[in-house]
Amino acid sequence: MKEKKGVFSYIADHRFLQILISIFMGFLVGAVFLIIMGLSVGEAYGRLLTSITSLKGFSYVIVYSISYIVVGLSVAFSFKTGVFNIGAEGQFVVGSMAAACVGILCGNLPGIVLIPLCFLAAMAAGAIWGSIVGFLKTRWGINEVLSMIMFNWIAFYLSNFIAGIPAIHSDGSAESTKNIAASARTLLPQGFIDRLNIAPTANWGILVAVAATVLVWFIIEKTTLGYELKAVGSNKNAAEYGGIGVNRSILTSLAISGALAGLGGALQLMGMGGRISVFTSQEGFGFAGIVVALIGCSNPFGVLVAGLFYGALIYGGSKLNLVGVPTQLINVIVGTVVFFISISILFERLNFTAVRHKTRKEQNIMQQEEIDKANEKGGGKQ
Amino acid sequence: MTNIINNLGIILYATLIYMTPLMYAALGSCFSEVSGVVNIGIEGMMTAGAFTGTVVAYFTGSPWIGFLCGGLAGMFFGALHAIATVKLGADQTIAGTAINMLGPGIVIMIAKVMFNSTDTIPLEPSMKIPRLFRGVFDTSTVFGRFMDNVFANFASTYLVFLAVIIVWFIFYKTRFGLRLRACGEHPQACETLGIDVIKMRFLCVCISGFLSGLGGACVTMAISTQFRPISIVGQGFIAIAAVIFGKFRPHGALLGCLLFGFCSGLKVVLGGSSGVNMQLLSMIPYAVTVIVLILFVGKSHVPSANGKPYLRTK
Repeated sequence: MKEKKGVFSYIADHRFLQILISIFMGFLVGAVFLIIMGLSVGEAYGRLLTSITSLKGFSYVIVYSISYIVVGLSVAFSFKTGVFNIGAEGQFVVGSMAAACVGILCGNLPGIVLIPLCFLAAMAAGAIWGSIVGFLKTRWGINEVLSMIMFNWIAFYLSNFIAGIPAIHSDGSAESTKNIAASARTLLPQGFIDRLNIAPTANWGILVAVAATVLVWFIIEKTTLGYELKAVGSNKNAAEYGGIGVNRSILTSLAISGALAGLGGALQLMGMGGRISVFTSQEGFGFAGIVVALIGCSNPFGVLVAGLFYGALIYGGSKLNLVGVPTQLINVIVGTVVFFISISILFERLNFTAVRHKTRKEQNIMQQEEIDKANEKGGGKQ
Repeated sequence: MTNIINNLGIILYATLIYMTPLMYAALGSCFSEVSGVVNIGIEGMMTAGAFTGTVVAYFTGSPWIGFLCGGLAGMFFGALHAIATVKLGADQTIAGTAINMLGPGIVIMIAKVMFNSTDTIPLEPSMKIPRLFRGVFDTSTVFGRFMDNVFANFASTYLVFLAVIIVWFIFYKTRFGLRLRACGEHPQACETLGIDVIKMRFLCVCISGFLSGLGGACVTMAISTQFRPISIVGQGFIAIAAVIFGKFRPHGALLGCLLFGFCSGLKVVLGGSSGVNMQLLSMIPYAVTVIVLILFVGKSHVPSANGKPYLRTK
């Protein structure tokens, strides 16, 4: 018998559709809130769209997306090993600060040496920060969620402490570090930016983000390491039984994940700010990374698209004030999207129920047919 | 000697101030995690409670109605989390992340519409949670000052100690508590014994939201006088950390919160008197928590079924 697929089964099979439905629900709930507040839905969403579709707006979206994509990759990578990297925030912060130190202290090096050096320093710092947590977990069994939360705050104050050291601290009155050397910036040439009239912070960091996406995809899908990490993520005991070192895998995963988050910090610094302010509250990049990884289904290319989507929402959202709409609307929309992604397992259940109903019906029909046949046979004998 | 007693008084005062909101949220976290539902949405629920508490207190003039409504606002988001995770079998971490975005997003948006600012209007002293035993101690003597610092504290602080005892009693001395813990360890076994796991977990996540909301309300109605977007910055996560620290037991979480509060108090006193860098001092509570964990506490037993959605297959 050829099975006819229902709509639920189709959606249950296609993760992409579930994400689209969730995004739609996000905007729907956002619209409901706009109506309750007595604001125009068309005006708000129109503004959101027009602010990102101009060339300048689009260039801003890309600039915003760079670090979201890379931190998203970091979180997605750790998800594959079954570790929830809530510590990406701290890894981002130490990475960014390491890049700043190199960019300030080795400022006389040429860009071709300095930029890779900054990246390396950031990735090393992030990797160390991630590994500490991994080490605490594998050596003493310290719960990683707890130590990550603690290390996020330690990173926060460490960054503020370093920003206060005279060699790093701004010469002026600003509560921040010095500007990193111009040769350490990843900005596009000034003439190019002026001619196209795009965002003044337009930079080629997006190429690094795309390269990182491909690399992460390659590691996860095409290498033995990726296979082992995924095995640990899907069933720790089976992996161990199969001869994969679970502790080593967790350490490796956290180190790579940390390196990616650190790289995100460096890209943010070298592309956008050029210096690090003394924080008053956490920047929230780690949290953004979690959201991006979830919307991107922890698939590297999904994360790339999700990062752009998130960047567009954040940049577009910052322009909502102009039409009198609170910027927080974006948080409500994204929160709703994530909420619906979390319950998209519902489709599988709906499908399951539908299939069960169907099979029961079919069984009934088949039973009836058999009875009929038997009756006919019996009738023939008589 | 006078100085030491004075400083000790200040440290203990700061300890109690810091630990109160954390402890409410930690008790909330206990309820949810022990029943088998990971709740990282505590932070969002606290923010909702913090905002609602101040707004209601501002309009009704009664701190206690405000405090209660703060809890109810947290409960609303708790119920949302429960619908997703308990009823629909959602991934608990993802749903919690959503709550952390939705809670602050919605309340700050409402604040923007109501007050045309992200901050609420500061509360009058009479609308704040009152301080008990004020003026009972003679502050002209060293001992009196010490007693005043430690005991003339917010009513919410006294309440939270009471709440710890009540929750401990519920967890370990009642049938409800036994069932609750069983739901987090082996839901299938519970179901065969006729315990409605879905109902139990739903209730626990709602209670979790309520207590978190109370914790949030403490921040804005006792320690501070108004809600601002930076009122709740990470307390929810620290509370979760305290619960893991306390091995998912209410009295253990109390130790975690007290340790954390004490280190924060130490930071305040040292920051005032010594020349040590303030940023380095600020790391103490976090670093000490990790170190104590390594040296004395070690591995924490996570409820076996924690984080696993339980769905009846019928």
